[in-house]
Amino acid sequence: MAEKTIRLKRTSLYASGVSPVNMVQAVFYNEDMLIYDLEDSVPASEKDAARFLVYQMVKHHRPKDKYVGIRVNGIYSEYLEEDLQAAVRAKPDFLRIPKVEYAREVQDISNRIAAIEEKIGMETGSIDLVVNVESYMGVINAMEIAKASPRIVAMAVSAEDLTASLKAQRTKQGLEVFYARNAVLLACRAAGIDALDVVFSDINDVAGLKEDTALAKNLGFDGKTCIHPRQIDTVNTYFTPSMKEIRYALRVLEAVEEGKRQKKGAVVLDGGMIDKPMELRALTTLAQAEAAGLHVRGEEKLS
Amino acid sequence: MEIKKPAVAGSLESSDCQITVEPNPGQGISVHLESDVKAMFGDSILETVHTVLKELSVPEAHVELRDRGALDCVIRARLQCAVCRAAETAYDWTKEDA
Repeated sequence: MAEKTIRLKRTSLYASGVSPVNMVQAVFYNEDMLIYDLEDSVPASEKDAARFLVYQMVKHHRPKDKYVGIRVNGIYSEYLEEDLQAAVRAKPDFLRIPKVEYAREVQDISNRIAAIEEKIGMETGSIDLVVNVESYMGVINAMEIAKASPRIVAMAVSAEDLTASLKAQRTKQGLEVFYARNAVLLACRAAGIDALDVVFSDINDVAGLKEDTALAKNLGFDGKTCIHPRQIDTVNTYFTPSMKEIRYALRVLEAVEEGKRQKKGAVVLDGGMIDKPMELRALTTLAQAEAAGLHVRGEEKLS
Repeated sequence: MEIKKPAVAGSLESSDCQITVEPNPGQGISVHLESDVKAMFGDSILETVHTVLKELSVPEAHVELRDRGALDCVIRARLQCAVCRAAETAYDWTKEDA
């Protein structure tokens, strides 16, 4: 597998594959993850056109400072095979897979991606996966899905389709998806991957967005999907780590370094073992802080 | 690819272009370009059109291109799509591996 680097995932924004102007503009916002969409925002009559457009945009016009992905059509869609043929060749950072319900679905897609990577001379495993859980079955199987492939770097929970599958009513308070959010979050933690929260659908309700994002942050999510560019800065602010989190991350990394100096196989901090996911989370915390303009490497800046 | 019928791809929205590809029997390649930036970028746009048609092995076609400030990669995408629709064939993505 290819070596994975720390990539921020505080905010993700979709740019529809039908609209060149959306794709051009999306580059200029502050989202960490930019996802060119071939799925829900593209009508059936434009699937072919969107595929060409997204391929060309990602290949020739992708932003250098974002984690760039392509959302392909669903696993049982007639469009998926051609989506994969185009999307892998565009060489995005990741593919976002919608409506995942079983681990075997991710494994199948991962194998299909690997075959294309091999054919075009890419290192197998170069392309990450972000999987969307959008149904009760996906929530029930979240743990297996999260561990289905080493390509998976994050799992997202999507509330709109989920509430439909639950026969629930979507509300701003979100009690109907509270269990699902936590189930996906727990699965992500168990698998050592990032957890991405649901969208907040009312783009005119800033107070509601703040409340919902604060909840997501407090629950433990690493980021949130935005439905509109105007939500990005608010969500980024909430996912900027606190000084306490930054100090702890620095201590984790110092302990890891000390362990390396002393050639220790296992490193302990405050009586607990530090494992690789903890080290990666510490690096992510510092990257989030630096992305927010905080100087985290100098002690004087933290006091 | 043989152009079998007229086909359109793209739109007249900002940053896009609308491309129509039609059969042009015995006439080779002809291109009609409308663009507000034709004076500055017309030659570049036409070069892109001819390059893409050559890549897709299209020997004869009439192309109408209405540009609304599209990037070169958008023009390529719209023309590839219009040609595949006009030829009634799926794109062979292994062409991109060359």
